[in-house]
Amino acid sequence: MKSPLLTISLAVALGLGLTACGDKKEGAADGGNGTVKIGQSSPLTGPQAHIGKDNDNGARMAIDEINASKPVIGGKPVTFEIMSEDDQADPKTATIVAQRLVDEGVVGVIGHLNSGATIPTSKVYSDNDIPQISPSATAIKYTAQGFKTAYRVMTNDAQQGKVLGAYAAKLGKKVAIIDDQTAYGQGLAEEVGKAVQAAGAEVVATEHTNDKASDFTAILTSIKGKTPDVVFFGGMDPQGAPMVKQMHQLGMNVQFLGGDGIQTPKFIELAGADADGVIASMPGLPLDKMPKGPDFQKKFEAKYGQIQLYAPYAYDAAYVMVDAMKRADSTAPAKYLPELANTNYEGVTGKISFDAKGDLTSGPITLYKAQGGKWETLETVQPQ
Amino acid sequence: MDIFAQQLVNGLVLGSVYALVALGYTLVYGIMELINFAHGEITMMGAMIALAVIGALFGVAPDLPGVVIVATGLLVAIPACMLLGFTIERVAYRPLRHAPRLAPLITAIGLSIVLQNVAMLIWGKQYIAFPTTLLPQGRHEVLGASITDVQIVILILTVAIMAGLVTLINRTRLGRAMRATAQAPSVAQLMGVNVNAVISATFVIGSGLAAVAGVMVSANYGQAHYYMGFLLGLKAFSAAVLGGIGNLAGAMLGGILLGVIEALGAGYIGDLTGGFLGSNYQDIFAFMVLILVLTLKPSGLLGSKSVERA
Repeated sequence: MKSPLLTISLAVALGLGLTACGDKKEGAADGGNGTVKIGQSSPLTGPQAHIGKDNDNGARMAIDEINASKPVIGGKPVTFEIMSEDDQADPKTATIVAQRLVDEGVVGVIGHLNSGATIPTSKVYSDNDIPQISPSATAIKYTAQGFKTAYRVMTNDAQQGKVLGAYAAKLGKKVAIIDDQTAYGQGLAEEVGKAVQAAGAEVVATEHTNDKASDFTAILTSIKGKTPDVVFFGGMDPQGAPMVKQMHQLGMNVQFLGGDGIQTPKFIELAGADADGVIASMPGLPLDKMPKGPDFQKKFEAKYGQIQLYAPYAYDAAYVMVDAMKRADSTAPAKYLPELANTNYEGVTGKISFDAKGDLTSGPITLYKAQGGKWETLETVQPQ
Repeated sequence: MDIFAQQLVNGLVLGSVYALVALGYTLVYGIMELINFAHGEITMMGAMIALAVIGALFGVAPDLPGVVIVATGLLVAIPACMLLGFTIERVAYRPLRHAPRLAPLITAIGLSIVLQNVAMLIWGKQYIAFPTTLLPQGRHEVLGASITDVQIVILILTVAIMAGLVTLINRTRLGRAMRATAQAPSVAQLMGVNVNAVISATFVIGSGLAAVAGVMVSANYGQAHYYMGFLLGLKAFSAAVLGGIGNLAGAMLGGILLGVIEALGAGYIGDLTGGFLGSNYQDIFAFMVLILVLTLKPSGLLGSKSVERA
């Protein structure tokens, strides 16, 4: 009796490891008169739920404001409605919820949060001719697949990685690189690696972890043996924070460098005093340097509390989408998609216009240093 | 610094936590041959409850010594988890004791999802920071390896708990009742052992250990999260199976072994294979060893000859 039970238990346990739990569906809406549905998808459960909810809030705030202004499109008053779906930051779940959004008849999608979820869903939206604007997907591949429907209001990894890699090479001649094996983390890490070598520095170690891990002592010890000057991590804050903590536990006094995934208030909260000195980049300008940044921050915090990460981008993405609809004077995807390409919009995050692929034409990147519990601006770099 | 010594220390600390959680799996399995998949979630609950208490206490009396605050959190979390374990057994497992074996297994998986979601509703989806400034931040160099105060406490506490547990099972009246129940519940009952009470006690002890492990993990990594119990539970379960499930020393050995294999695997696999296999294979490495051991010795490393039952 014992062995079969154990076998089943093991199979169940391993199976559980592969599937995520807790699928949650936000309430579906009826497509009543004058109601136009816009999809929003990000992880609303799981380790990145705080960042996903932040995107959701950003898009909601934009849509609430637009509705309050009583928009008239195509001669009819229009009320927009956000349909949120939880993609669990999981590529498989993301394609399922993407199909669900399409089936529910959304005219456009704000999302997804993660590159790993955005890339596979972009095919679903493209097949159904639904325009998609990702507020935060930075992987190069997203807009490089030739889909006419794929746009983003965020600087991509090639632009960010170049800046980070050049900066890492400036900090020291030996750079160790860790990534979390997600499309975002690995993509960024690869770009950084290339830029480090292009700048004449050496990549002494390339290690990998995953986006659910919390113990990095083994890979850090192995890295320590190679005496790098800089450790770069391509990943998100729930891993970045314990990683820098463990670096200090291991007695590594090495500069820790990261991308936009760790440039969050949560990172500083989780890492505590260990956050001091960490340098991370964020596409775009710092909030207080954005044209309408302080205004946005006030409005957002009154409604939803502290901004986590990409809320201003999700907010702009929603506005850019409605802006294209207004110029096309139609909410029909086929009608307003061509107008999306001609976007020239002054958003909270800056001037938004797209190149032929759907990437931002201008994407400044800002470097920050954590100091005394806050991210202090170091410098803003314009990529070439 | 000696890299090998450091990887051993990394593995020992990681393994101690696995071992502590694995003890809970193995205790319950040893007594009633049930894999309590909700055990990882009880660990998570322990960490969350302790953090809530620590946060509240720190807000009210920030002048108290940090160790006192953390100890209070732990002392609240242990009975809370014990109560939780007791309730789970009473409500979810006892009615199914004579049901086909798959029924309680599925219930256990269901329970773990329920507990995750309850924790998410109470504490939200965010990672919660453990105020690590409350604990001593000392770092020591031992034989070329770096180890922190918190990690030393984890190692000592794990060994102490293990010793206490072995004494409990082998030297006390309750322990004898537990061993009797494990061998043959119906016969034990005929001999005057209160089987229900013994099973309840098993769950209570296991849950108390889980609470300790939960607090250790969050203190070591500086954070807690409603999802943290899942992977931890899976690894601990594997550790228990590796060592021979149902065997206390086996759980300990399995946990430590799994931790060390993971650390050494992740640390050296890249260099040994010339970069062909990277540190991303660290989990596969651990599970490969598990499969190998189970193939050669299905009852696990220290697995006792299983007591055949009708």
